[in-house]
Amino acid sequence: MSNIEHINQTYMDMVRRKRLYGGIMLAVFVALMLAGFRTADARNAGSFIDGWHRFFDFPGEVLGEAAGKLVEFPAHFAQYAPSLLETINIAAASTLLGALGAVILSLLATRGMARWPRLIPVFRRVLDIMRAMPEIVIALVLIFVLGGGPVPAMIAIAFHTVGALGKLFSEVNENASLKPVEGLTSVGASWTQRMVLGVIPQVAPNYLSYALLRFEINIRASAILGFVGAGGIGYELKNAMTWGKGQYDEAAAIFLMLFVTIVVVDQLSSILRDRLTHGKKSNMIGAQA
Amino acid sequence: MSTATLTPAPTTAGLIRDTDALFARKRIVALAIPALILAYFAYIFIAFDIAGLRDRASLDNAMTLVSDSYSYKTHVARDNLSGEVSIAIEGERKGTYPDGMSPDWVTLGDDTIITLPKGHEVLFLADGAVRYDIPGYGLVSANPSRSGVNAVLPEGDVPDWINASKNRLAIKTAAGRLTITRNRTEVFRYALGWELFFFTLDSPYHGLGPVALAQRASSGEAGAIWSDFWNNRMWQHQQVAWAIFETILMAFLGTFGAAIVALPLALLAARNFAPFVWVRMVTRRVFDFFRGVDALIWTIVLARAFGPGPLTGALAILITDTGSFGKMFSETLENVDGKQIEGIRSTGAKPLQTYRFGVLPQITPIFLSQVLYYLESNTRSATIIGAITGGGIGLLLTQAMITQKDWEEVAYYITLIILMVMLMDWFSGWLRKRLIGGQEAH
Repeated sequence: MSNIEHINQTYMDMVRRKRLYGGIMLAVFVALMLAGFRTADARNAGSFIDGWHRFFDFPGEVLGEAAGKLVEFPAHFAQYAPSLLETINIAAASTLLGALGAVILSLLATRGMARWPRLIPVFRRVLDIMRAMPEIVIALVLIFVLGGGPVPAMIAIAFHTVGALGKLFSEVNENASLKPVEGLTSVGASWTQRMVLGVIPQVAPNYLSYALLRFEINIRASAILGFVGAGGIGYELKNAMTWGKGQYDEAAAIFLMLFVTIVVVDQLSSILRDRLTHGKKSNMIGAQA
Repeated sequence: MSTATLTPAPTTAGLIRDTDALFARKRIVALAIPALILAYFAYIFIAFDIAGLRDRASLDNAMTLVSDSYSYKTHVARDNLSGEVSIAIEGERKGTYPDGMSPDWVTLGDDTIITLPKGHEVLFLADGAVRYDIPGYGLVSANPSRSGVNAVLPEGDVPDWINASKNRLAIKTAAGRLTITRNRTEVFRYALGWELFFFTLDSPYHGLGPVALAQRASSGEAGAIWSDFWNNRMWQHQQVAWAIFETILMAFLGTFGAAIVALPLALLAARNFAPFVWVRMVTRRVFDFFRGVDALIWTIVLARAFGPGPLTGALAILITDTGSFGKMFSETLENVDGKQIEGIRSTGAKPLQTYRFGVLPQITPIFLSQVLYYLESNTRSATIIGAITGGGIGLLLTQAMITQKDWEEVAYYITLIILMVMLMDWFSGWLRKRLIGGQEAH
């Protein structure tokens, strides 16, 4: 009996200690958040208290102007459609380039598939560095060298995409079966043949699903890079913003186009990815979703 | 009767025909996909005018960028009107040598003697004349005055690295550069490295080795040494440290703030928790809206209300990610295992206890792992948002870029950004392992 009591007591002690630790962690976290917001607020140009009621001023202004000039919207849409197409093209081309690079690098960085097994850590570090590089860094440097336009943005996004997709792809590769590769090796296939015929068919649906997700992200990135001078709809948005009051209808049209594009691409890619994962279930490929 | 006898037995010829058709189809698909990709790239090649890139690209810019990022130049300049000689690193006021102080390759005096590498030597004579002794070529002299630079070159053709006219003489050699105009004589000497990274010239600790510094530090000067380093005007270590901190702060506040806001909203959007269908629909559309209005637009809107700074960036991340987290959290909530809840309920637990012991343990690891994954990705976003709205390391980077000459600082910031993102990646992975336990095997 005393034994059970003892166990009970120890258990309750443990629970209490765990709760105490949890409470302390929570308190530290809350303190960090509060201190963080205070610091951010103090270092900001305008404080939250002074600014929050102005939050809707700018959207209100833009919407108000836009509402008055609704008739001009179709003209604006037509005017900015080429820029929007450029933004989408930047995203698509960089996703394609990035995915191609990621396929190669991820195969080189996966145990059991690598062409040069000793160099696996090197390729992994290369992927890590490419992934850590924010697009804007490369874009700004390339704009200085290559001049403004879509090419710096495309290269910058593709570079980061190689790193981001490379990591995901190599996780997919690790879950692929090596048996087809062994079979192809036994009949004397070269490395390229082993990869194209033995690995790619297994992992293609997962690759495609990740690449689609990346395409969504890259559309946003390409709009942002336009804002710093790399062409596309972001560049037009920046120009429209600088014209200021009385000209916000163009900014509103661009906001709307960007919003619709992002939502449409998100929905389409989500439907496609859903189809890919459901197709995958019947294929019995054991890769993680 | 088995089905095999019902269907006509496949003939060999039929099988071969079917296989051939299948292979033909596969071959077409296998060729069509690369062909499509190629066609798309061909279109991009034309649409982005990649052929015209050669004209737009500036090789000179690329060369300055690369050479400047790992080397620096020291300017030795003489004002030909007053005869005053000044020495400055990168020609910047912040890098100017104090009067009477000079690097060891410059001898000050009535005549200023500048020793360049490879036996080159430049003399600023007291009477205003300049002599440049170039080994293997000869002596170039000039006497800048109101009438022009009056350059005298050795006999023979003028090589293409010398550019001489009445009012200007420019000599570009591997050892350095000499430019003379009527008003100014200037010598550039190039050297490897990031000069003045630790201490500027006005600090007494400039040029001391680590051992000497350690000795000084142990004799009670540690505070002064740190202050000279921390307030280095050339590299601005203090501002850079703050900028990095601001960027991480934006990511931290944005990510966790979004998680806190999204958690209760996700309950309203999950099919098995939401009380009414219309509440669910509305919440979902709100999430879609937050995500669809991109961080770029939120940043612009917020910058109008709060001005530039870390708070604006943090809120932009917070709002965008509230949408992403809300969507992910509600999907996770819809996939909770009902058996565990049922089990808890069977012990007579009240609804709140059911959530605490039936639902929370299931979703916490997934939520945490999603949030921590975003923390790393948001460090990158915070850099980008900072460049737009003006805060953190992104702002310093764009500022250094705009000057188009501080490429060594740009290289420094890029290195710091990459290290920062990798550190956050490692940190979030470590935290995930600590909090969730052995779930993350790799």
